Amino acid sequence: MPSPRYHREMPQRYRLEAGKCNTCGHVAFPPRMVCNCGCRDFKDERVSDFGKILTFTTIRVAPKDFETQVPYSVAIVESDNGVRVTTQVVDCRPEDIKIGKKVKFVFRKMYTEGHTGIICYGYKAVLV
Amino acid sequence: MVGIVGYGSYLPRFRIKVDEIAKQWGRDADAVRRGLLLKEKTVPAQDEDTITISVEAARNALRRADINPVDIGAVYVGSESHPYAVKPSGTVVAEALGIVPEVHIADYEFACKAGTEAMFVAYSLIKADQMKYALAIGADTSQGAPGDALEFSASAGGSAFIFGKEKIVAELLHTYSYTTDTPDFWRREGAFYPLHGGRFTGQPAYFKHILGAGQGILKKSGLKASDFTYAIFHMPNGKFPLTVGKKLGFNKEQLEPGWIVPLMGNTYSGSSPTGFSATLDVAKPGEMILLVSFGSGAGSDAFVFKVTERIDEVRDKAEKVRDMLETNRIYLDYGQYAKFRGKIIMND
Ligand SMILES: [Zn+2]
Repeated sequence: MPSPRYHREMPQRYRLEAGKCNTCGHVAFPPRMVCNCGCRDFKDERVSDFGKILTFTTIRVAPKDFETQVPYSVAIVESDNGVRVTTQVVDCRPEDIKIGKKVKFVFRKMYTEGHTGIICYGYKAVLV
Repeated sequence: MVGIVGYGSYLPRFRIKVDEIAKQWGRDADAVRRGLLLKEKTVPAQDEDTITISVEAARNALRRADINPVDIGAVYVGSESHPYAVKPSGTVVAEALGIVPEVHIADYEFACKAGTEAMFVAYSLIKADQMKYALAIGADTSQGAPGDALEFSASAGGSAFIFGKEKIVAELLHTYSYTTDTPDFWRREGAFYPLHGGRFTGQPAYFKHILGAGQGILKKSGLKASDFTYAIFHMPNGKFPLTVGKKLGFNKEQLEPGWIVPLMGNTYSGSSPTGFSATLDVAKPGEMILLVSFGSGAGSDAFVFKVTERIDEVRDKAEKVRDMLETNRIYLDYGQYAKFRGKIIMND
Protein backbone atom coordinates (compact mmCIF):
# COMPACT_ATOMS: atom_id res chain seq x y z
CA MET A 1 0.00 0.00 0.00
CA PRO A 2 1.21 3.56 -0.70
CA SER A 3 2.85 4.93 2.40
CA PRO A 4 1.40 8.19 3.79
CA ARG A 5 4.98 9.31 4.33
CA TYR A 6 5.82 9.03 0.61
CA HIS A 7 2.81 11.19 -0.22
CA ARG A 8 3.61 13.75 2.49
CA GLU A 9 7.22 14.05 1.29
CA MET A 10 6.38 14.72 -2.36
CA PRO A 11 7.38 18.43 -2.23
CA GLN A 12 10.94 17.51 -1.20
CA ARG A 13 11.20 14.30 -3.23
CA TYR A 14 9.71 15.72 -6.44
CA ARG A 15 10.68 19.39 -6.34
CA LEU A 16 13.62 19.54 -3.91
CA GLU A 17 11.72 21.99 -1.72
CA ALA A 18 13.77 23.06 1.29
CA GLY A 19 13.16 25.50 4.15
CA LYS A 20 15.23 28.63 4.79
CA CYS A 21 15.41 29.79 8.41
CA ASN A 22 14.17 33.37 8.74
CA THR A 23 16.51 34.02 11.68
CA CYS A 24 19.92 32.55 10.80
CA GLY A 25 19.44 31.88 7.06
CA HIS A 26 20.29 28.16 7.28
CA VAL A 27 18.65 26.13 4.50
CA ALA A 28 17.30 22.83 5.82
CA PHE A 29 16.86 19.91 3.43
CA PRO A 30 14.78 17.94 3.99
CA PRO A 31 12.70 20.75 5.54
CA ARG A 32 12.26 20.62 9.30
CA MET A 33 10.14 22.18 12.03
CA VAL A 34 12.88 23.68 14.23
CA CYS A 35 16.22 25.16 13.14
CA ASN A 36 19.52 24.54 14.98
CA CYS A 37 19.25 28.17 16.16
CA GLY A 38 15.87 27.39 17.78
CA CYS A 39 13.83 29.35 15.25
CA ARG A 40 10.58 27.77 13.95
CA ASP A 41 10.02 30.27 11.14
CA PHE A 42 11.03 29.01 7.67
CA LYS A 43 10.37 30.28 4.19
CA ASP A 44 10.21 28.06 1.08
CA GLU A 45 13.41 27.72 -0.91
CA ARG A 46 14.24 25.31 -3.72
CA VAL A 47 17.51 23.43 -3.95
CA SER A 48 19.09 24.61 -7.22
CA ASP A 49 19.16 22.27 -10.24
CA PHE A 50 22.96 21.95 -10.25
CA GLY A 51 25.63 21.19 -7.67
CA LYS A 52 28.94 19.43 -7.09
CA ILE A 53 30.04 16.19 -5.43
CA LEU A 54 31.48 16.62 -1.93
CA THR A 55 32.01 12.94 -1.25
CA PHE A 56 30.65 9.60 -2.42
CA THR A 57 30.63 5.87 -1.82
CA THR A 58 29.97 2.95 -4.14
CA ILE A 59 27.52 0.24 -3.19
CA ARG A 60 28.23 -3.28 -4.43
CA VAL A 61 25.93 -5.28 -2.17
CA ALA A 62 22.54 -3.64 -2.25
CA PRO A 63 19.18 -4.03 -0.53
CA LYS A 64 16.59 -6.08 -2.45
CA ASP A 65 14.92 -3.23 -4.38
CA PHE A 66 18.29 -2.00 -5.69
CA GLU A 67 20.01 -5.34 -6.46
CA THR A 68 19.79 -4.98 -10.25
CA GLN A 69 21.56 -1.60 -10.13
CA VAL A 70 24.90 -2.60 -8.53
CA PRO A 71 27.48 -1.22 -8.57
CA TYR A 72 25.96 2.21 -7.98
CA SER A 73 27.11 5.31 -6.17
CA VAL A 74 25.60 7.50 -3.49
CA ALA A 75 27.02 10.97 -2.99
CA ILE A 76 26.68 14.02 -0.81
CA VAL A 77 26.11 16.84 -3.25
CA GLU A 78 26.37 20.53 -2.45
CA SER A 79 23.89 22.44 -4.58
CA ASP A 80 24.82 25.75 -6.21
CA ASN A 81 22.78 27.50 -3.48
CA GLY A 82 24.70 25.73 -0.73
CA VAL A 83 22.37 22.91 0.31
CA ARG A 84 23.78 19.45 1.06
CA VAL A 85 21.76 16.60 -0.44
CA THR A 86 22.44 12.85 -0.17
CA THR A 87 21.58 11.27 -3.49
CA GLN A 88 22.22 8.39 -5.85
CA VAL A 89 24.41 9.35 -8.85
CA VAL A 90 23.20 7.48 -11.93
CA ASP A 91 23.93 7.00 -15.65
CA CYS A 92 27.67 6.52 -15.10
CA ARG A 93 30.23 4.00 -13.90
CA PRO A 94 31.55 4.40 -10.33
CA GLU A 95 35.02 5.16 -11.74
CA ASP A 96 33.59 8.19 -13.60
CA ILE A 97 32.65 9.88 -10.32
CA LYS A 98 35.17 12.25 -8.70
CA ILE A 99 34.96 14.67 -5.79
CA GLY A 100 34.26 18.14 -7.13
CA LYS A 101 32.53 16.98 -10.32
CA LYS A 102 29.47 18.94 -11.36
CA VAL A 103 26.06 17.23 -11.26
CA LYS A 104 22.49 17.99 -12.19
CA PHE A 105 19.44 16.81 -10.25
CA VAL A 106 17.04 14.68 -12.29
CA PHE A 107 13.62 13.10 -11.73
CA ARG A 108 13.75 9.31 -11.55
CA LYS A 109 11.97 6.21 -10.28
CA MET A 110 13.20 5.35 -6.78
CA TYR A 111 11.50 1.98 -6.34
CA THR A 112 8.22 0.24 -7.08
CA GLU A 113 6.02 -1.46 -4.53
CA GLY A 114 6.28 -4.91 -6.11
CA HIS A 115 4.61 -5.69 -9.48
CA THR A 116 1.21 -4.28 -8.53
CA GLY A 117 1.88 -1.42 -6.11
CA ILE A 118 2.60 2.25 -6.74
CA ILE A 119 5.72 3.58 -8.44
CA CYS A 120 7.69 5.92 -6.19
CA TYR A 121 9.58 8.81 -7.79
CA GLY A 122 12.16 11.26 -6.53
CA TYR A 123 15.43 13.05 -7.25
CA LYS A 124 18.77 11.56 -8.25
CA ALA A 125 21.84 13.18 -9.79
CA VAL A 126 23.72 12.72 -13.08
CA LEU A 127 27.18 13.98 -14.02
CA VAL A 128 27.14 16.96 -16.39
CA MET B 1 -1.13 35.05 -31.90
CA VAL B 2 -1.15 31.47 -30.50
CA GLY B 3 1.95 29.32 -30.45
CA ILE B 4 4.78 27.73 -28.54
CA VAL B 5 6.19 29.68 -25.59
CA GLY B 6 8.77 27.12 -24.55
CA TYR B 7 9.96 23.77 -25.90
CA GLY B 8 12.26 21.10 -24.52
CA SER B 9 13.33 17.52 -25.02
CA TYR B 10 14.90 14.69 -23.10
CA LEU B 11 16.73 11.61 -24.36
CA PRO B 12 18.23 8.89 -22.12
CA ARG B 13 22.02 8.49 -22.20
CA PHE B 14 22.06 4.74 -22.81
CA ARG B 15 22.34 3.36 -26.36
CA ILE B 16 22.39 0.07 -28.18
CA LYS B 17 23.77 -0.26 -31.70
CA VAL B 18 21.89 -1.97 -34.51
CA ASP B 19 24.90 -4.31 -34.88
CA GLU B 20 24.53 -5.53 -31.31
CA ILE B 21 20.84 -6.39 -31.78
CA ALA B 22 21.49 -8.00 -35.18
CA LYS B 23 24.28 -10.15 -33.71
CA GLN B 24 21.93 -11.47 -31.03
CA TRP B 25 19.37 -12.74 -33.55
CA GLY B 26 21.67 -13.75 -36.40
CA ARG B 27 20.46 -10.91 -38.62
CA ASP B 28 22.47 -8.94 -41.16
CA ALA B 29 23.37 -5.61 -39.52
CA ASP B 30 24.46 -4.08 -42.84
CA ALA B 31 21.05 -4.80 -44.32
CA VAL B 32 19.32 -3.08 -41.38
CA ARG B 33 21.62 -0.06 -41.60
CA ARG B 34 21.14 0.26 -45.35
CA GLY B 35 17.49 -0.79 -45.48
CA LEU B 36 16.13 1.11 -42.48
CA LEU B 37 18.89 3.77 -42.25
CA LEU B 38 19.32 3.12 -38.52
CA LYS B 39 22.62 3.11 -36.57
CA GLU B 40 21.69 3.02 -32.89
CA LYS B 41 18.82 3.83 -30.55
CA THR B 42 18.26 5.29 -27.10
CA VAL B 43 17.50 2.96 -24.19
CA PRO B 44 15.89 4.13 -20.95
CA ALA B 45 17.82 3.53 -17.72
CA GLN B 46 16.27 1.13 -15.21
CA ASP B 47 14.92 4.09 -13.27
CA GLU B 48 13.44 5.92 -16.27
CA ASP B 49 9.94 5.69 -17.69
CA THR B 50 7.50 7.86 -19.62
CA ILE B 51 6.81 9.94 -16.50
CA THR B 52 10.47 10.73 -15.73
CA ILE B 53 11.19 11.50 -19.40
CA SER B 54 8.15 13.80 -19.50
CA VAL B 55 9.30 15.66 -16.39
CA GLU B 56 12.81 16.23 -17.77
CA ALA B 57 11.52 17.37 -21.18
CA ALA B 58 9.01 19.71 -19.52
CA ARG B 59 11.68 21.16 -17.21
CA ASN B 60 13.67 22.06 -20.33
CA ALA B 61 10.55 23.63 -21.86
CA LEU B 62 10.03 25.66 -18.66
CA ARG B 63 13.67 26.83 -18.72
CA ARG B 64 13.07 28.22 -22.20
CA ALA B 65 9.55 29.56 -21.52
CA ASP B 66 10.65 31.37 -18.36
CA ILE B 67 7.11 31.45 -16.93
CA ASN B 68 5.61 30.61 -13.55
CA PRO B 69 4.53 26.92 -13.68
CA VAL B 70 1.34 27.68 -11.73
CA ASP B 71 0.09 29.68 -14.74
CA ILE B 72 -0.15 26.42 -16.71
CA GLY B 73 -3.81 25.39 -16.85
CA ALA B 74 -3.52 22.00 -18.56
CA VAL B 75 -0.99 19.16 -18.62
CA TYR B 76 -1.45 16.55 -21.36
CA VAL B 77 0.89 13.59 -21.73
CA GLY B 78 0.68 11.52 -24.91
CA SER B 79 2.30 8.06 -24.81
CA GLU B 80 1.76 4.41 -25.63
CA SER B 81 3.85 3.42 -22.60
CA HIS B 82 2.17 5.14 -19.66
CA PRO B 83 3.60 3.40 -16.56
CA TYR B 84 0.14 2.93 -15.03
CA ALA B 85 -2.86 1.35 -16.76
CA VAL B 86 -5.02 3.37 -14.37
CA LYS B 87 -3.57 6.63 -12.93
CA PRO B 88 -2.65 9.39 -15.35
CA SER B 89 1.05 10.05 -15.97
CA GLY B 90 0.11 13.74 -16.00
CA THR B 91 -0.70 13.70 -12.27
CA VAL B 92 2.89 12.84 -11.34
CA VAL B 93 4.33 15.16 -14.01
CA ALA B 94 2.26 18.16 -12.87
CA GLU B 95 3.12 17.50 -9.20
CA ALA B 96 6.84 17.31 -10.04
CA LEU B 97 6.69 20.57 -12.00
CA GLY B 98 4.77 22.40 -9.25
CA ILE B 99 1.67 22.98 -11.39
CA VAL B 100 -0.96 21.32 -9.13
CA PRO B 101 -3.74 21.69 -7.96
CA GLU B 102 -5.47 24.22 -10.26
CA VAL B 103 -4.88 22.33 -13.49
CA HIS B 104 -6.71 20.09 -15.96
CA ILE B 105 -4.88 16.81 -16.59
CA ALA B 106 -5.37 14.03 -19.13
CA ASP B 107 -3.28 11.30 -20.70
CA TYR B 108 -3.52 10.70 -24.43
CA GLU B 109 -3.04 7.51 -26.43
CA PHE B 110 -2.80 7.01 -30.18
CA ALA B 111 0.25 4.84 -30.86
CA CYS B 112 2.99 7.14 -32.19
CA LYS B 113 0.89 10.29 -32.52
CA ALA B 114 -0.28 10.70 -28.92
CA GLY B 115 2.19 13.58 -28.48
CA THR B 116 0.80 15.68 -31.32
CA GLU B 117 -2.74 14.97 -30.08
CA ALA B 118 -1.75 16.56 -26.79
CA MET B 119 -0.27 19.49 -28.75
CA PHE B 120 -3.47 19.90 -30.79
CA VAL B 121 -5.67 20.06 -27.68
CA ALA B 122 -3.28 22.36 -25.76
CA TYR B 123 -3.21 24.74 -28.74
CA SER B 124 -7.01 24.67 -29.05
CA LEU B 125 -7.52 25.54 -25.37
CA ILE B 126 -5.25 28.57 -25.70
CA LYS B 127 -7.02 29.63 -28.89
CA ALA B 128 -10.33 29.38 -27.00
CA ASP B 129 -8.95 31.59 -24.19
CA GLN B 130 -9.56 28.87 -21.59
CA MET B 131 -6.23 29.40 -19.82
CA LYS B 132 -2.96 31.31 -20.00
CA TYR B 133 -0.64 28.39 -20.82
CA ALA B 134 -1.09 24.70 -21.66
CA LEU B 135 1.61 22.02 -21.58
CA ALA B 136 1.66 19.16 -24.11
CA ILE B 137 4.13 16.29 -23.92
CA GLY B 138 4.88 13.33 -26.19
CA ALA B 139 7.08 10.68 -24.55
CA ASP B 140 7.60 6.94 -24.75
CA THR B 141 9.76 4.02 -23.66
CA SER B 142 8.74 1.82 -26.54
CA GLN B 143 9.28 -1.94 -26.71
CA GLY B 144 9.66 -4.15 -29.74
CA ALA B 145 9.31 -7.91 -29.31
CA PRO B 146 12.72 -9.62 -29.08
CA GLY B 147 13.91 -10.61 -32.55
CA ASP B 148 11.19 -8.55 -34.26
CA ALA B 149 12.19 -5.86 -36.78
CA LEU B 150 10.71 -3.29 -34.39
CA GLU B 151 13.43 -4.07 -31.87
CA PHE B 152 15.95 -2.23 -34.07
CA SER B 153 13.98 1.00 -33.79
CA ALA B 154 11.78 1.12 -30.65
CA SER B 155 13.48 3.62 -28.34
CA ALA B 156 12.91 6.13 -25.55
CA GLY B 157 12.64 9.90 -25.30
CA GLY B 158 10.24 12.78 -25.39
CA SER B 159 9.53 16.44 -25.96
CA ALA B 160 7.37 19.05 -24.28
CA PHE B 161 5.72 22.19 -25.64
CA ILE B 162 4.12 25.02 -23.68
CA PHE B 163 1.42 26.83 -25.65
CA GLY B 164 0.30 30.37 -24.97
CA LYS B 165 -0.45 33.80 -26.44
CA GLU B 166 2.53 35.75 -25.08
CA LYS B 167 6.31 35.27 -25.41
CA ILE B 168 5.88 33.06 -28.47
CA VAL B 169 8.88 31.39 -30.16
CA ALA B 170 6.90 29.69 -32.94
CA GLU B 171 3.42 30.74 -34.02
CA LEU B 172 1.02 27.90 -34.91
CA LEU B 173 -0.67 29.01 -38.14
CA HIS B 174 -2.59 25.93 -39.31
CA THR B 175 -3.61 22.45 -38.16
CA TYR B 176 -5.10 19.51 -40.04
CA SER B 177 -5.84 15.90 -39.06
CA TYR B 178 -6.46 12.81 -41.20
CA THR B 179 -7.71 9.60 -39.55
CA THR B 180 -9.22 6.23 -40.56
CA ASP B 181 -9.71 2.76 -39.04
CA THR B 182 -6.62 0.89 -40.28
CA PRO B 183 -5.40 -2.27 -38.46
CA ASP B 184 -1.66 -1.75 -39.07
CA PHE B 185 -0.33 -2.04 -35.50
CA TRP B 186 -1.92 -2.74 -32.14
CA ARG B 187 -1.47 -4.12 -28.67
CA ARG B 188 -4.35 -5.76 -26.81
CA GLU B 189 -4.89 -5.02 -23.11
CA GLY B 190 -2.49 -7.18 -21.08
CA ALA B 191 -0.19 -8.06 -23.99
CA PHE B 192 3.44 -7.06 -23.36
CA TYR B 193 4.59 -6.46 -26.94
CA PRO B 194 2.65 -4.91 -29.83
CA LEU B 195 1.82 -6.73 -33.06
CA HIS B 196 1.89 -5.30 -36.56
CA GLY B 197 -0.18 -6.24 -39.55
CA GLY B 198 2.66 -6.95 -42.00
CA ARG B 199 1.46 -5.59 -45.34
CA PHE B 200 -0.71 -3.03 -43.56
CA THR B 201 2.22 -1.10 -42.07
CA GLY B 202 3.67 0.77 -45.08
CA GLN B 203 1.49 1.95 -47.94
CA PRO B 204 -2.06 1.81 -46.46
CA ALA B 205 -0.99 3.13 -43.05
CA TYR B 206 2.08 5.38 -42.79
CA PHE B 207 2.15 6.68 -46.37
CA LYS B 208 -1.60 7.08 -46.87
CA HIS B 209 -2.12 9.06 -43.66
CA ILE B 210 0.99 11.25 -43.80
CA LEU B 211 0.30 12.07 -47.44
CA GLY B 212 -3.37 12.70 -46.59
CA ALA B 213 -2.49 15.07 -43.77
CA GLY B 214 0.42 16.67 -45.63
CA GLN B 215 -1.57 17.34 -48.81
CA GLY B 216 -4.57 18.41 -46.71
CA ILE B 217 -2.70 21.06 -44.75
CA LEU B 218 -0.93 22.40 -47.85
CA LYS B 219 -4.31 22.79 -49.55
CA LYS B 220 -5.97 24.31 -46.48
CA SER B 221 -3.15 26.82 -45.94
CA GLY B 222 -2.50 27.58 -49.60
CA LEU B 223 1.21 26.87 -49.00
CA LYS B 224 3.60 24.72 -51.01
CA ALA B 225 6.64 22.66 -50.04
CA SER B 226 9.03 25.40 -51.14
CA ASP B 227 7.45 27.86 -48.66
CA PHE B 228 8.93 25.81 -45.80
CA THR B 229 12.51 25.90 -44.60
CA TYR B 230 12.02 22.65 -42.69
CA ALA B 231 9.67 19.68 -42.42
CA ILE B 232 9.39 16.80 -39.98
CA PHE B 233 7.53 13.57 -40.69
CA HIS B 234 7.08 10.75 -38.19
CA MET B 235 10.20 8.54 -38.13
CA PRO B 236 9.45 4.81 -37.62
CA ASN B 237 12.78 4.22 -39.40
CA GLY B 238 15.21 6.34 -41.42
CA LYS B 239 13.77 5.57 -44.82
CA PHE B 240 10.02 6.27 -44.51
CA PRO B 241 10.25 10.01 -43.68
CA LEU B 242 12.68 10.63 -46.56
CA THR B 243 10.37 8.79 -48.99
CA VAL B 244 7.18 10.51 -47.83
CA GLY B 245 8.93 13.89 -47.77
CA LYS B 246 10.02 13.45 -51.37
CA LYS B 247 6.48 12.51 -52.42
CA LEU B 248 5.23 15.76 -50.85
CA GLY B 249 7.89 17.80 -52.65
CA PHE B 250 10.41 18.28 -49.84
CA ASN B 251 14.17 17.81 -50.31
CA LYS B 252 16.72 16.26 -47.97
CA GLU B 253 18.00 19.68 -46.73
CA GLN B 254 14.52 20.59 -45.47
CA LEU B 255 14.28 17.31 -43.54
CA GLU B 256 17.87 17.07 -42.27
CA PRO B 257 17.70 18.96 -38.90
CA GLY B 258 14.65 16.99 -37.74
CA TRP B 259 15.76 13.65 -39.20
CA ILE B 260 17.26 12.36 -35.97
CA VAL B 261 16.08 8.76 -36.20
CA PRO B 262 19.42 7.18 -37.28
CA LEU B 263 20.88 7.98 -33.84
CA MET B 264 17.70 8.12 -31.74
CA GLY B 265 15.51 5.31 -33.05
CA ASN B 266 11.74 5.63 -33.04
CA THR B 267 10.63 7.27 -29.80
CA TYR B 268 6.96 6.75 -30.81
CA SER B 269 4.91 9.62 -29.29
CA GLY B 270 8.21 11.48 -28.85
CA SER B 271 9.40 10.91 -32.43
CA SER B 272 8.15 13.73 -34.68
CA PRO B 273 7.85 16.13 -31.68
CA THR B 274 11.56 15.60 -30.90
CA GLY B 275 12.41 16.06 -34.59
CA PHE B 276 10.48 19.32 -34.38
CA SER B 277 12.35 20.31 -31.20
CA ALA B 278 15.71 19.60 -32.92
CA THR B 279 14.54 21.79 -35.81
CA LEU B 280 13.61 24.67 -33.46
CA ASP B 281 17.15 24.35 -32.05
CA VAL B 282 18.52 25.60 -35.41
CA ALA B 283 15.61 27.57 -36.92
CA LYS B 284 15.81 31.31 -37.54
CA PRO B 285 13.12 33.96 -37.08
CA GLY B 286 10.60 34.02 -39.93
CA GLU B 287 11.23 30.45 -41.06
CA MET B 288 8.29 28.11 -41.66
CA ILE B 289 8.17 24.53 -40.34
CA LEU B 290 5.80 21.70 -41.30
CA LEU B 291 5.26 18.94 -38.71
CA VAL B 292 3.31 15.77 -39.56
CA SER B 293 2.94 12.93 -37.07
CA PHE B 294 1.64 9.42 -37.65
CA GLY B 295 -0.01 7.04 -35.23
CA SER B 296 -1.01 3.50 -36.09
CA GLY B 297 -4.66 2.74 -35.97
CA ALA B 298 -4.32 5.10 -37.90
CA GLY B 299 -4.01 8.87 -38.22
CA SER B 300 -1.81 11.90 -38.78
CA ASP B 301 -1.81 15.41 -37.30
CA ALA B 302 -0.24 18.21 -39.34
CA PHE B 303 0.90 21.65 -38.11
CA VAL B 304 2.33 24.73 -39.78
CA PHE B 305 4.61 26.84 -37.55
CA LYS B 306 6.31 30.19 -38.15
CA VAL B 307 9.36 30.89 -36.00
CA THR B 308 9.55 34.28 -34.23
CA GLU B 309 12.42 36.53 -33.12
CA ARG B 310 12.23 35.17 -29.56
CA ILE B 311 13.77 31.86 -30.67
CA ASP B 312 17.24 33.41 -30.50
CA GLU B 313 16.68 34.40 -26.84
CA VAL B 314 15.56 30.97 -25.64
CA ARG B 315 17.34 28.24 -27.59
CA ASP B 316 20.47 28.20 -25.40
CA LYS B 317 18.52 28.12 -22.13
CA ALA B 318 18.24 24.30 -22.21
CA GLU B 319 20.13 21.37 -23.69
CA LYS B 320 19.66 20.91 -27.44
CA VAL B 321 18.55 17.65 -29.04
CA ARG B 322 21.72 17.15 -31.11
CA ASP B 323 23.86 17.56 -27.97
CA MET B 324 21.77 14.94 -26.17
CA LEU B 325 22.11 12.63 -29.18
CA GLU B 326 25.84 13.01 -29.66
CA THR B 327 27.32 13.40 -26.16
CA ASN B 328 27.38 11.42 -22.89
CA ARG B 329 26.46 8.19 -24.65
CA ILE B 330 26.80 4.89 -22.77
CA TYR B 331 26.66 1.80 -24.98
CA LEU B 332 25.02 -1.40 -23.78
CA ASP B 333 25.52 -4.96 -24.93
CA TYR B 334 22.42 -7.07 -25.60
CA GLY B 335 22.49 -8.69 -22.15
CA GLN B 336 22.54 -5.33 -20.36
CA TYR B 337 19.85 -4.07 -22.71
CA ALA B 338 17.64 -7.08 -21.96
CA LYS B 339 18.06 -6.44 -18.22
CA PHE B 340 17.29 -2.71 -18.58
CA ARG B 341 14.15 -3.42 -20.61
CA GLY B 342 12.79 -6.10 -18.29
CA LYS B 343 13.20 -8.83 -20.90
CA ILE B 344 14.81 -11.23 -18.42
CA ILE B 345 12.54 -13.38 -16.26
CA MET B 346 13.41 -12.69 -12.61
CA ASN B 347 12.27 -14.26 -9.35
CA ASP B 348 10.17 -12.01 -7.10
ZN1 LIG C 1 18.06 29.23 12.09
